[in-house]
Amino acid sequence: MSDRCMHAQFTVNGESVDAQVPVRMHLVDYLRDEMGLTGSHLGCEHGVCGACQVMVDGQVVRGCLTLAVQADGKNIQTIEGLTENRELQQLQAAFLKHNAFQCGFCSAGMLLTALDITRHHKHASRDEIKELISGNYCRCTGYQAIVDAIEFVLHTNLSSSSTQSGVKA
Amino acid sequence: MNARNELPIQPDSVTTQRNYVGQSVPRTGAKKLLEGRGTYLDDIRLPRLVHVVYFRSPHAHARIKHLDLSQARKQPGVVAVFDGHDVAQFCTPWVGVLGHLKGIRSAPQYAIAPERACWQGEAVAAIVAQTRRQAEDALDHVVADWDVLPAVTDMQASLDGKVVIHPELGDNKCFNRALVTEGFEDAFSKADVVVEKVYEFSRHTGVTNEPRGILADYNPADNMLTVYQGTQAPNMMQDIFSRHLNIPESNVRVICKDVGGSFGIKVHVYADEMATAAISVMLKRPVKFAADRIESFLTDIHAREHKVKIKLACTQQGDIIAFDMVDLTGIGPYSVYPRTSGIEGNQVVNLTGGPYKHKHYKAQLDVVFTNKNVTCQYRAVGHPIAMAVTEGIVDEAARKIGMDPADFRRRNLIADDAYPYTFPSGVKFEKLSHHQCLDKLMALMDYPELRKEQQALRAKGVYRGIGLAAMIEVTNPSPAFYGVGGARISAQDGATIRLDPAGMVNVLVSVTEQGQGTEAIFTQIAATAVGVKVENVRVITGDTAVTPYGGGTWASRGAGIGGEAVLQAGKVLRSHILDVAAAILKIDVATLDLVNGVVIDKLTGTEHMPISEVGRVAYFRPDTLPMDFQSELTVTRHYTPREYGFTFTNGIQASYVEVDTETGFVTLLKHWCVEDCGTVINPMLVDEQIRGGIVQGIGGAMFEECIYSEEGQLLNGSMADYLVPMAGEMPDMIIAHVQTPTKTSELGAKGAGEAGTAGAPGAVMNAINDALAPLNANVSVQPFTPQRVLAALGKI
Repeated sequence: MSDRCMHAQFTVNGESVDAQVPVRMHLVDYLRDEMGLTGSHLGCEHGVCGACQVMVDGQVVRGCLTLAVQADGKNIQTIEGLTENRELQQLQAAFLKHNAFQCGFCSAGMLLTALDITRHHKHASRDEIKELISGNYCRCTGYQAIVDAIEFVLHTNLSSSSTQSGVKA
Repeated sequence: MNARNELPIQPDSVTTQRNYVGQSVPRTGAKKLLEGRGTYLDDIRLPRLVHVVYFRSPHAHARIKHLDLSQARKQPGVVAVFDGHDVAQFCTPWVGVLGHLKGIRSAPQYAIAPERACWQGEAVAAIVAQTRRQAEDALDHVVADWDVLPAVTDMQASLDGKVVIHPELGDNKCFNRALVTEGFEDAFSKADVVVEKVYEFSRHTGVTNEPRGILADYNPADNMLTVYQGTQAPNMMQDIFSRHLNIPESNVRVICKDVGGSFGIKVHVYADEMATAAISVMLKRPVKFAADRIESFLTDIHAREHKVKIKLACTQQGDIIAFDMVDLTGIGPYSVYPRTSGIEGNQVVNLTGGPYKHKHYKAQLDVVFTNKNVTCQYRAVGHPIAMAVTEGIVDEAARKIGMDPADFRRRNLIADDAYPYTFPSGVKFEKLSHHQCLDKLMALMDYPELRKEQQALRAKGVYRGIGLAAMIEVTNPSPAFYGVGGARISAQDGATIRLDPAGMVNVLVSVTEQGQGTEAIFTQIAATAVGVKVENVRVITGDTAVTPYGGGTWASRGAGIGGEAVLQAGKVLRSHILDVAAAILKIDVATLDLVNGVVIDKLTGTEHMPISEVGRVAYFRPDTLPMDFQSELTVTRHYTPREYGFTFTNGIQASYVEVDTETGFVTLLKHWCVEDCGTVINPMLVDEQIRGGIVQGIGGAMFEECIYSEEGQLLNGSMADYLVPMAGEMPDMIIAHVQTPTKTSELGAKGAGEAGTAGAPGAVMNAINDALAPLNANVSVQPFTPQRVLAALGKI
């Protein structure tokens, strides 16, 4: 198989990329192998485990099912970038406090799903959180601590937003 | 870029307390894992690194007629190609047997099979290239011509031996064991009630989120092999690389950085990993192998393929007289090196009936070779089988005599004051707490109320079930596990603890971190023992060139054995720090204490000096100390449990389920676990580890199965087809503890890593069968898929 390339321009964690990208290369391989961003992991390489998740234009995608050339014109954010710009700070602190990880291999993907929940499912119940993280495989925890951590952040955000707007929680 | 003052130069959490043991302290040093800054195996890159991939047998059993690697060698980026004969020049074969498993046999296994593949996925050639992509592309150009041989995939057919996998062994028997207590037949024949059942367990595997991997870096200048490996036992691997690659032990360094889950998967010798190390020696450059998911399914050890026939004899009043158990297990074509594939079945023999006080026991075990992937020790080795067959047949007996299963257990569990106790299989219990655990469980789940709810719903056509499973767990193994059988696997662990001049305490431990939080609990123990804050402790593990020699992480031994070594080293360092302080202050050491990193007056609490001052004087101004005084601010201590073969723990689990009798689907409503791991060092970490264990047990009971065709083809080698537990199906799990510290150590900690997995399958099975009981249906083949539930109901 040849390594035919295509020209692509995109940003990764705010950094511009202008490169000839092998057409068959997956986005997560590009990030890991070409950019040294090893925070996104390869677990199953067929879209089931979620360890490879990254954000593309604010949407969580599987880095192992997305071709790098599909990033053309897009804004990519990884665990490293979302840590650096502190968007994950609150969730990371909650994960640490609730012990919502053990080996940490799934954490990058799990945190990105959690971030998406805090953005788009602000009122998610415990059962809904369980459903929403069911695309992310964790072999170490019993998932319960992860649900606890996400629930904690949702509650914290709801009570602080209701306080700000003067509405009783 | 960060502003200078934003960098976390100072730790952000400040805690002040004397005793961290027993506290739910968030894991120190683990934040990097949440920030994408861990270093897992495939994250490591070295200069001149090349990548190896393996050409694997598509057949379960086949002789290589012709193997042509010449076209593959010509592909872009390919550096080298090797067959089994090439690699065998550098890596000697091995045989996975142990002296204390009497009669265990296996055949020599090679790093790369030179002539014959014995399971689908066994490597027969290696391609090395500049990139993994190039190496994988070149695989398409390997030409192999096979003489396909008959495959033995059924355990009974293997035992019957019409086709023999290794002709030199004469039959397919790897190991067998028979055990019968004196007077068994007589006692059994006098029983009022005998219940009998056959349970089957499907083979499944660990599915670590991070696949296996190794990066071997041979440096010919000093004949030094550095191996980066996701492993649970660095010193064991150091010994094995040394002996099989013929490099002096001290010239082999095994480094284990962050590991993405192990569960026993990463404690064995894998042929492809040995081949990778050999190829690094052959090429004199770093070589990386990172398994992909299909390779993981085909070659990560499988486990738990068992068929067990069990009988229980009891009196009409419900007193258990005896268990009679026959186990047949198929382990693949080789006994895995060096721990063997006989241990799992051996554990089933040791542990069946374990929680109960009967005096009679008969067991028969046959371990046979098959042409499927190899099986070996996976989390809770043998326990899920022993506990499920025990607890399943106990429920059958209770049902037969019309006694509530909780009452039946209360009547038969070994009394809490009966210890030390020798079980009929010969294993010894130091002190267990079955009755305390049962009582606590009953209260926790409000058992009587739950029974009422179950009855009320049953009247409405809702089939819910409650399942109990008492359990015992092997932890803190002594040399009796492997060392006495001739395996060079340390039962001892060590800790080196050092005060640095700035007042930081450095701890080097031979137990590894696989993600459970081992380093965090060592931090808590060290901080407590020395008398400093947790943020002033750094723990280093996983480097044979740096850490003390030891066993590593397996059989729930990290906290109990490694933790005790840390405690003892820390206590001595504390006294040595106080000696220095006393010498500086020229006062009696007995008046001093060390709290939160400050040397104080024991009586008044007056602060004398921070330990950074002790460090400063000891390292930079020892000229100011008395001539006859030498400070010793580095201490090493070791610990080996020896009094008992294993420090057993115990506990009990309960599962509450609902069975949809139309679809066969089982909903797990809730799960409880009360267990006794002795001293709990960090309740938050222990609880979630137990939950993770329960989920892994549920996986085996409900979803996970490596399905092979009759020809030995794995039919579900992807995570789309091999189901693992995801959050949506998992119940909330309530965890509680009874604490009976072991008296064999000062710390008193027993292991907790496997309890969840040990008991969960039995609890879930009993719950399903409790739900199905009014319909006269019963399941006994794991996993309990909707199909099997419907078959039990006679609907398909």
